Amino acid sequence: MNRMLAIIEREMRKFFRSPTLMIMSLMMPILQLVIMGNAFGGKIVGARVAVVDYDHGPEAVRLRESFDAIAANIKTFKTVEYNDEMQAREDVRTGRIDAAVVIPAQYSRRVYSQDAPQLGLVVDNSDQFTSGSLEAEMQSLVTALTTPVIQPRLANSIALEIVELYPYVNYMKFLLPLTIALAMYISVMIGGGMLYIDDKARGVHEGYLVTPITKFELVFGMNIAGSMKAVLAGISLTVIGSLMAGLGVIFHPEALAELICLIIVTSIAFNGMMFLMMVRVDDPLVPRAMFGVLNTLLLYPSGGMYPIKAFPRWLQAISIIDPFTYCVHGFKAILLKDGGFQAIQFDLWFLLIFGIGTLLIATPLFKRTL
Amino acid sequence: MAKAKNFPETQSGPRPAIAVEHAVKRYGDFEAVKDVSFSVAAGEIFGLLGPNGAGKSTLIRMMTTLIPITAGKAIIAGHDVAKEPDAVRRMIGVIPQALTSDPDLTVQENLSIYAKLYSVPKAQREKNIHEVLEAVDLLKWRDAQVKTLSGGMRRRVEIARGLVHNPSIFFLDEPTTGLDPVSRIAVWEMLNNLRTTRHLTMLLTTHYMEEADKLCDRIAIVDHGTLVALGTPIELKQSVPGANVVEVHFDRETPEWQARLEGLDGVTSVQAESAGFYRVLTSSGSATTMQLVELAASLGETLTSLSVQNTTLDDVFVHYTGRQLRDEQVKPPVFSMPPRPGARP
Repeated sequence: MNRMLAIIEREMRKFFRSPTLMIMSLMMPILQLVIMGNAFGGKIVGARVAVVDYDHGPEAVRLRESFDAIAANIKTFKTVEYNDEMQAREDVRTGRIDAAVVIPAQYSRRVYSQDAPQLGLVVDNSDQFTSGSLEAEMQSLVTALTTPVIQPRLANSIALEIVELYPYVNYMKFLLPLTIALAMYISVMIGGGMLYIDDKARGVHEGYLVTPITKFELVFGMNIAGSMKAVLAGISLTVIGSLMAGLGVIFHPEALAELICLIIVTSIAFNGMMFLMMVRVDDPLVPRAMFGVLNTLLLYPSGGMYPIKAFPRWLQAISIIDPFTYCVHGFKAILLKDGGFQAIQFDLWFLLIFGIGTLLIATPLFKRTL
Repeated sequence: MAKAKNFPETQSGPRPAIAVEHAVKRYGDFEAVKDVSFSVAAGEIFGLLGPNGAGKSTLIRMMTTLIPITAGKAIIAGHDVAKEPDAVRRMIGVIPQALTSDPDLTVQENLSIYAKLYSVPKAQREKNIHEVLEAVDLLKWRDAQVKTLSGGMRRRVEIARGLVHNPSIFFLDEPTTGLDPVSRIAVWEMLNNLRTTRHLTMLLTTHYMEEADKLCDRIAIVDHGTLVALGTPIELKQSVPGANVVEVHFDRETPEWQARLEGLDGVTSVQAESAGFYRVLTSSGSATTMQLVELAASLGETLTSLSVQNTTLDDVFVHYTGRQLRDEQVKPPVFSMPPRPGARP
């Protein structure tokens, strides 16, 4: 037991002696949270939309006034006058403008006679985000224009009342669970992967192997130390990230206890997984080469960015065994939904069993000799 | 068993501290250590001398439980390495070639962690650390981070680390490699002191002839995984025909010099080192020198340098392996440029 504690002591002393490493493993995910939270969470502003008006009737004028209202208020787009539809299409294609609205001749007459009036919208669908936003904006504008000014006393359409269970979740809040998981993964990758192999290559392990320390003490000493580093990274990121994203859940003792439990089992799971992958590796370049690929392989199928249900089946299969999935789900359940222990029960069990399982597989694979 | 020149054992006790019997290490088809046997008496400093890749480190790693022995056995302090590895580990201190101390930790912290790994009781730990730091003259550096120390001091930290649990047998794998001459001599002095004050048995590997000569009571010459000679430095030198070595450099190379030198009185062998440079083993250095000078004068040849030395371990190594130890230090190039098209071979 004392020998195991000696390994932990060495690892932790080393960790606290390398402030740069510590800061980098925390700062990088925070930086990612800030950049991605702001980059992905934003709305389209100031898009250039061409208006080709072949009608010039009262309804066309009403439509153009609505465009001006959008340009003056929410500023999603501003309009540019065009006379030629072909020129407008060409300019959308070459990127000089973002979209073009075509008001056909007889548009006003068709509106008044209720003769299936139509508007044309030319978009650059190679940019899904911009074209989607403009389409949505135009659709809501058209819906508003077609809604009768005086509502009928008896409504004949089905109305869908949407009830949002939680307060508005901006993208930074949405990304926080994934960012915490990423910080812990980076900590494990550096502390449990790269440093482990570097120590092996430098001969530090050779020093351990000539002492009477047992294989169990050595493996568990290194893994407990690795998990402790990941726990520190997880707690730090949870607190800093929650404050940055404006989540007050960390101030509730019960939620804090749930978060700590989740951070601990996630650390065990990540560390066990990393140790299993590195247990027979000797080349210091291997964990560095794996870092990016593993990051993609684990991060994206987790459902932290895109819903798992939108994935193809093979990617869904990866997400089932991916510890990131349960870690992200757990953090979402606590940070965004305040779901309590019941909501994270399965995540906790999965991560714990995954961590212990990978360690049990890795221990016999660990060589007590060079 | 490899045919090694053996000299009478100088062990004093009934049981050797280290006994290696027909040790073999194979990696697939490659035999790194070939049927090596030797023993080391308690309190002795024993050297394994050989070039890089000779199998010295493999031998030391087998004795220190770091790699399993393919065949044969090694008994360390009465314990079989294969059957009782933990008992062996408790009895030995090991300084591997690599620096195993953590550069981010202080000297004291490194030693404390290793004392814990050896289960040194808490009450004893501080005392041991103080004693070993005093022995290696690093007391005033105990709170310094290892990375701030010089190469020689770091090597002393390694030595202190290997001694922190009071082992009875000390293994050192090339303890002075990479050190400057002054630091090297300091390490030699320290090891000699430690042997005296702590009654340690030491086994060290080296490819420095001078180190083996100065430090070791007995030396085993290892080449290509085989033990080719074993004895005290004096015994090994005496086993080489010729008491002196005359090194002579002529200003120009002529093919006749080899035969002329071999014809001089008392000369036992002549080795051409480079153009015009010869090493002559002779039973009488002074007589051969006189003859050589006279011969050169009579032929009108000019000697650019001439030196007479006693036989060294270098000569012993040449005698037993047929080449110089330093030849082995020069590795062949990993990559050589292909000849240009049309170039002459």
